[in-house]
Amino acid sequence: MTSALNDLPAHELVRRLRAGETTASAILESTLTRIRQVDGRRPTTVPSPPEAEDATHIHAFITITEERARRQARAVDDALAAGREVGPLAGVPLAVKDIFCVEGTPSTAGSRILESFVAPYSATPVERLEAAGAVTIGKVNLDEFTFGSSNESSAFQPAPRNPWDLACVPGGSSGASAAAVAAGEAVLSLGTDTAGSIRQPAAFCGVVGLKPTYGRVSRYGLIAFASSLDCPGPVTRDVTDAALMLRVMAGPDRHDATAAAVSVPDYTAGLDQGVRGLRIGLSPDYFRLKYPNPTTGELDEQPIDPEVEAAVRQAAGALAEAGAEIVEGVSMPNTRFGIPAYFVVSRVEAASNLHRYDGVKYGLRFEGPVGDLRELYRKSRARGFGLQPKLRILMGMYVSAEQYEKGYYQRALRVRTLIRRDFETAFDPSGPYRLDCLLTATTPTTAFEMGALYGDSVLMQYADLLTVPADHAGVPGISLPAGLDHRRRPIGLQLLGPDFSEACLLRIGRSFEMATQDAAWRQARPRVLDV
Amino acid sequence: MAEEITPQIFRHLVELAALELDESEADYLRRELNSQLKAIRELEAIEVAAEVPITSHGVPYTEATSPGLRPDQPEPSTHAEAILAQAPERDGRYIVVPDIPHTELG
Repeated sequence: MTSALNDLPAHELVRRLRAGETTASAILESTLTRIRQVDGRRPTTVPSPPEAEDATHIHAFITITEERARRQARAVDDALAAGREVGPLAGVPLAVKDIFCVEGTPSTAGSRILESFVAPYSATPVERLEAAGAVTIGKVNLDEFTFGSSNESSAFQPAPRNPWDLACVPGGSSGASAAAVAAGEAVLSLGTDTAGSIRQPAAFCGVVGLKPTYGRVSRYGLIAFASSLDCPGPVTRDVTDAALMLRVMAGPDRHDATAAAVSVPDYTAGLDQGVRGLRIGLSPDYFRLKYPNPTTGELDEQPIDPEVEAAVRQAAGALAEAGAEIVEGVSMPNTRFGIPAYFVVSRVEAASNLHRYDGVKYGLRFEGPVGDLRELYRKSRARGFGLQPKLRILMGMYVSAEQYEKGYYQRALRVRTLIRRDFETAFDPSGPYRLDCLLTATTPTTAFEMGALYGDSVLMQYADLLTVPADHAGVPGISLPAGLDHRRRPIGLQLLGPDFSEACLLRIGRSFEMATQDAAWRQARPRVLDV
Repeated sequence: MAEEITPQIFRHLVELAALELDESEADYLRRELNSQLKAIRELEAIEVAAEVPITSHGVPYTEATSPGLRPDQPEPSTHAEAILAQAPERDGRYIVVPDIPHTELG
């Protein structure tokens, strides 16, 4: 498959568009062509036997809004032809994770219970991206209600696959977002991160994923999972695009009281300033942790995958060479409690948020005879929710029950304070480390094979081991491509910084890109494009 | 592994969750709940001093970063009809539901 317009980053597309070298319609058509080549049949909730072609396609999109996209592209081209100013993302193809409302389109959360729901309005981040000229191609698959790290739990099957290795998962829950961006089916994707759902799939698919500070981006129009953790953020091919996209999305919103009143800098402005004088930390607590042994399934203290660790240490070397000061031995002792605390906090919030799906106001309603309203609730929810939402609701009920609440929920929220304190100490300007950011692996391993973990809810949750502490603490994090392992599966590295330090993380990320621009792995393309 | 969520507790949770499960779903879910509890028990291994406050969200909101309250003015929604149109069963501007369980008071 030859490279086409849709393989270029957004900043380059916008430059060409403004220079009159291409049109929004041409960019859109090249993207739609790629989707036809690599995406395969549309996932559906109707059970059907697997087809041979399923294993060779990505299956990212649940809905493609081709006509809507064509209208948006034409509007950009008309504006340019009339000599009017166009936005910073003019003509750039965008895939929206199907957990956001986009006016007039099905917004399913990957669940049967919302299969029939057509959003009456657009989420704030979507509205802002479209106002900046982005062209929404459609809605991409995810784990049901974002509950997973592999995309296998979606009610819409076949599940998305990893463009680098089609036997592997793309990660999750923004798995199809990362897969679509990696394969040129979209240039940008809007994802969400609650335990790592932007960064983990970005790492698995070799793209950039940014989880902003909690409150940096409005959650209005986002179908809620865990309201104290959910963060919308960009999935892109490079750091400059993440900066462009975040700048458009971020900032206060009168519809979301948790969107912080913090001004939005021009994230693209300081990108090339380098890392001289910045202090970047490495923590042993992110290299060796307690997590389920992939062979035995037992919780063991073990190092992360040696190839992943080597890539992180190599990145530290490259950043040191570029002028950063590397600080070793940063103590982050509560990292290992991130998952256990998350099992409690996120489940309580999920159970609460999922109580609104009742078969009455919208979404799936049981059509058969029922005795009373409670039976309608039970029958509608039983048919509408898949196993993972049911599991999360039940656990949320258990750990927040009056007799267990103090031992589980209250304790988990205190542990969350300890996790936050680890970060505060690391970034404290008068503390022992005085870091500008922490450098870690994004995930303990590269992408795993489909079916390897699915069904085991504990092993699956531990895929977020290195990403979830930042969600508990609310601090921003970015995952960057950092090489390929011996099976040519992408390796991701993660930068974590203090509250609202996205500009600094992006600058360090850009510096890493420049330091590695000639590396052989930078020229590699996802295997799905090798036909 | 100690079984914390017995079939009896599980049935109560299913009722609270407003769900109905077939047998194989119930077996899977109860097994997974107990295996998650095993992971959650890691939390018992750490000292959490009584004075450690809870964190309900990571980033603190100060007066400067909290958005101010909006003026207390009614704003009619422009989406009312589109929202009502999502209801599976309606009668004009009412949403229709089956009998609501209730107790007759003597």
